[in-house]
Amino acid sequence: MALDDRKTTDFKFVGTRPDRPDGLDKVTGRALFGADAYAPGMLHGAIVRSPHAHARIVRIDTSKAEALDGVKAVVTRADFAKGLSGEFSFVLENVMAGEKALYDGHAVAAIAASSALIARDAVKLVEVEYEILPHVTDVDAAMAQDAPVLNASYADASVPAGHHPNVVRYHDSGHGDVEAGFAEADLVIEDSFKTEATHQGYIEPHACLATLGADGKGELWCSTQGHWIAQKTCAALVGIETSQLRVTASEIGGGFGGKTTVFVEPVALALSRKANRPVKVVMNRSEVFRATGPTSSTSMDIRIGMKKDGTITAAEGIYRLQGGAFPGAPMEFSAMCGFAPYALENVRQVGYDVISNRPKQAAYRAPGAPMASFAVESVIDELCNKLGLDPIDTRLKNASREGTKASYGPRFARIGLVETLEAAKAHPHYSAPLEPGQGRGVSCGFWFNHGGETSVSMSLSEDGTCQLAVGTPDIGGSRASMALMAAEVLGIPYENIRVTIADTATLGYNDVSHGSRVTYASGLATIKAAQDAVAKLSKRAAAKWGIPEDAVYWEDGCAKPSGANAGNFDPLPLADITQNMGATGGPISGHFEATPEGAGVSFGTHIVDAEVDPETGKTAVVRYTVIQDAGKAIHPTYVEGQFQGGAAQGIGWALNEEYVYGEDGRLQNSIFLDYRVPVASDLPMIDTVIVEVPNPGHPYGVRGVGETGIVPPLAAIANAVSAAAGVRLRHLPMSPPRILAALKAKAHEG
Amino acid sequence: MQYHSPTSFEDAAALAAEATGVTRFLAGGTDVLVQLRADITTPDTLIDIKKIPNVQAISRSDDGGWTIGVAVSGAEMREHKELGQDWPGLVEAMDLIGSTQVQGRATLVGNLCNGSPAADSVPAMVAAGASVSVTGPQGTRQVPVADIPVSPGRTSLVQGEVISAVHIPARGSNAGDAYLRFIPRTEMDIAVVGCAINVELDSNGIITQARVSLGAVAPTVLLVPEAADAIIGSALDDGALDKLAKAASAACNPISDKRGTVEFRTHVAGVLAKRAAKIAYARAQGENT
Repeated sequence: MALDDRKTTDFKFVGTRPDRPDGLDKVTGRALFGADAYAPGMLHGAIVRSPHAHARIVRIDTSKAEALDGVKAVVTRADFAKGLSGEFSFVLENVMAGEKALYDGHAVAAIAASSALIARDAVKLVEVEYEILPHVTDVDAAMAQDAPVLNASYADASVPAGHHPNVVRYHDSGHGDVEAGFAEADLVIEDSFKTEATHQGYIEPHACLATLGADGKGELWCSTQGHWIAQKTCAALVGIETSQLRVTASEIGGGFGGKTTVFVEPVALALSRKANRPVKVVMNRSEVFRATGPTSSTSMDIRIGMKKDGTITAAEGIYRLQGGAFPGAPMEFSAMCGFAPYALENVRQVGYDVISNRPKQAAYRAPGAPMASFAVESVIDELCNKLGLDPIDTRLKNASREGTKASYGPRFARIGLVETLEAAKAHPHYSAPLEPGQGRGVSCGFWFNHGGETSVSMSLSEDGTCQLAVGTPDIGGSRASMALMAAEVLGIPYENIRVTIADTATLGYNDVSHGSRVTYASGLATIKAAQDAVAKLSKRAAAKWGIPEDAVYWEDGCAKPSGANAGNFDPLPLADITQNMGATGGPISGHFEATPEGAGVSFGTHIVDAEVDPETGKTAVVRYTVIQDAGKAIHPTYVEGQFQGGAAQGIGWALNEEYVYGEDGRLQNSIFLDYRVPVASDLPMIDTVIVEVPNPGHPYGVRGVGETGIVPPLAAIANAVSAAAGVRLRHLPMSPPRILAALKAKAHEG
Repeated sequence: MQYHSPTSFEDAAALAAEATGVTRFLAGGTDVLVQLRADITTPDTLIDIKKIPNVQAISRSDDGGWTIGVAVSGAEMREHKELGQDWPGLVEAMDLIGSTQVQGRATLVGNLCNGSPAADSVPAMVAAGASVSVTGPQGTRQVPVADIPVSPGRTSLVQGEVISAVHIPARGSNAGDAYLRFIPRTEMDIAVVGCAINVELDSNGIITQARVSLGAVAPTVLLVPEAADAIIGSALDDGALDKLAKAASAACNPISDKRGTVEFRTHVAGVLAKRAAKIAYARAQGENT
């Protein structure tokens, strides 16, 4: 009983909504973000960036910059490691160009100077001679036979013969016979869709403070979703041993996937090594847009066959993703997620990873899935409209359930899609009347979720409080969730647990805070580490009482004898044990490390009402409801926050956010004025329903919730807007000019 | 960079006349400082005009007209009840610019001199028939606001000239103005199209005078007499509104850019003209809109 492993009901702490431990620091300004670090003798770095979309670097003359008073170091590609391969070589090429600048904003050199202003002036003194090459930024254009070649060596063996060298990876999966399935359908709809690239739009720009000595020992403070991947990557890029670089994660002002890699960090380290001084680099917003990792733009073809009763007989999707100048666009996730909500006999999906003269894409919340879902769920909506079917009933009829063979291969374990659809159908939103000019849209969405390497330690203090060290940067209130789970096991108050994001020297390798893995994996490890500590506490109690260890159990923060046979002892509180721990065997800690593989997949269903001004094409989202399976909501407020955040980012992506490139291949809108994220007054209050179908792979049933919430919005909003406008919108964002053009085209057709 | 803070417009003009390189006048700084930090324009000479007496005053003259100081912020205009009663469209246009924080600094004159065809307050000033005092080496002259912008980012002011006040005419009776802009969001944005309309009615509700001004549809803010003619003599019936929309769209000479296409801007200019005209007309009839 002492190590009861499974508990999914009767929680004392889990499921409550205490204030987050980092809240006071954040509202008072005490929290230290990436740009808040200072060191004695610190220099300021600035980056020289290519103004060209595609150009050979003929010559870089840094002499005038170096001669400027206050400039302490200039680095170029020559100051980084040689002979890297695989992803490290792509990251290095991205953070500091070699032979060619591959996009507008590509770093070509960097300066460290005694002030930020001097560094900025010195940037203008670096003379770079470019030989301008033809460029391409559109995914379809980049695949065309006459497209400029970015790098003929990037394509891997997966790409079938006959494709342009810009097609660098290929995916093909599915099961059944789609042509036979289409033959059985009463109606087959095939349509093409496009989505433009969007940026995660985190408020905090990338920032770091780096120190690297000639002895190959370094320190790095940075805003990151994963400081071990930053450690490993930076060490490789500057050519030092991994363990000699200690990385500390700052507080993070948003990441959403965009801070799972490095940009300025290796450059700051190289500058520091050359100047022999600490170097701080802080991006401005324009640099964030031009030279970090937005998501892919896409071009997609979807074909779905349906019977009159709503049964889907076959589905086929072709997903072309442009991922910037390097391989890695998440086309396989598009392909695998698009049809995942549905139990299909006949399904096929094909993905193309295409390079173009844009910055290297980075992860953005459920990478690849929202775009695929937009295309697939738009076609399902169109089929429902044409066949006179209810969109939720039709989705229920085809919904994936426990045991369904997923479109991407494996059979689903216990999943909660049906429960979200039933909750959507029962929600008052779904039956509420619409005003004239409004339309309603529904969409489902799927994300895998992830486990990943995880290491957690906790130590108890003499006064009976607990220090918990986790290795996953807190991007969504995870310190509160960790403290709740630790409190649940230890039986001490939430407030008595202090959670710290430990640096790379303190714990074993922790995978990045991505894949919606933190509450699942770090949570699981926290529970196991707390159970490890409880076992040691119980052992001390057994020793004190002179009874066997297995005659002690732990309840409500106390060791207790397991029954009359064990002896008649008063419960021994945790603090009474820790008070004397030095004399009874030494410090008491708990630890757990693993790569947990039971991350339960997560589904959601969204309902959206939208209103379109037919004279201007302007859209307002007037009502929004998110229904999603959380497995078990550890801190329901932060689960709801994730749901609302996914919807809010989805609204921006669907309606106004887009990377706009000019004919010259330059990004036209690299500031928030013209890259239009929704402002608060653009959003309705986003209602949430937490469905809890426990994940068998987590002690408390947790499923990750961070990413699924951004999968359904694009389609749900597109379906609502299309209904309101009376015309199908197949190109995101549905900006007013695009909607007005579609309305005019429809009026012209009569 | 040289920084000056003169205490008279004559001194400010003299400093500007003697300056070499790039000169900027600093009032609210919501364009000048942003452009400085973004490395777009780094002035060699920065002349702060906030220390000059009365630049933060809003005053009404004997004839009922208004003089607005060059450092009066949008927030001060919005909180000035009488100004808002006379010229609600002008005050609203200014109020649409930027955030609450920007409103604490931004000025009419700054918006005008930044030279953007999308400046929200400029169509409203043009429709109102506003003028500015320009102080230069030869003294001070009055210039219609419509004559200040000459192309994107450029004004008709010459070296050594500085705008020293804004003059808004007397409101008169049975009159009203309105400004509407199109933005894809609900706030914190820049006009894709802007339209200001100012009308005066006779006692029967017939429009006797009108001024229609468009923003963001040409290299400069436009005054569109054809659009005004479309509604003068009408009681703003549907036929007049349709003519107004056509005339407004016909006057457009926009570009396609990241904010909107030629087709979109041309169409929406007509839509906004109709909507703004209805508001201005209702205000002229004494309705509180």
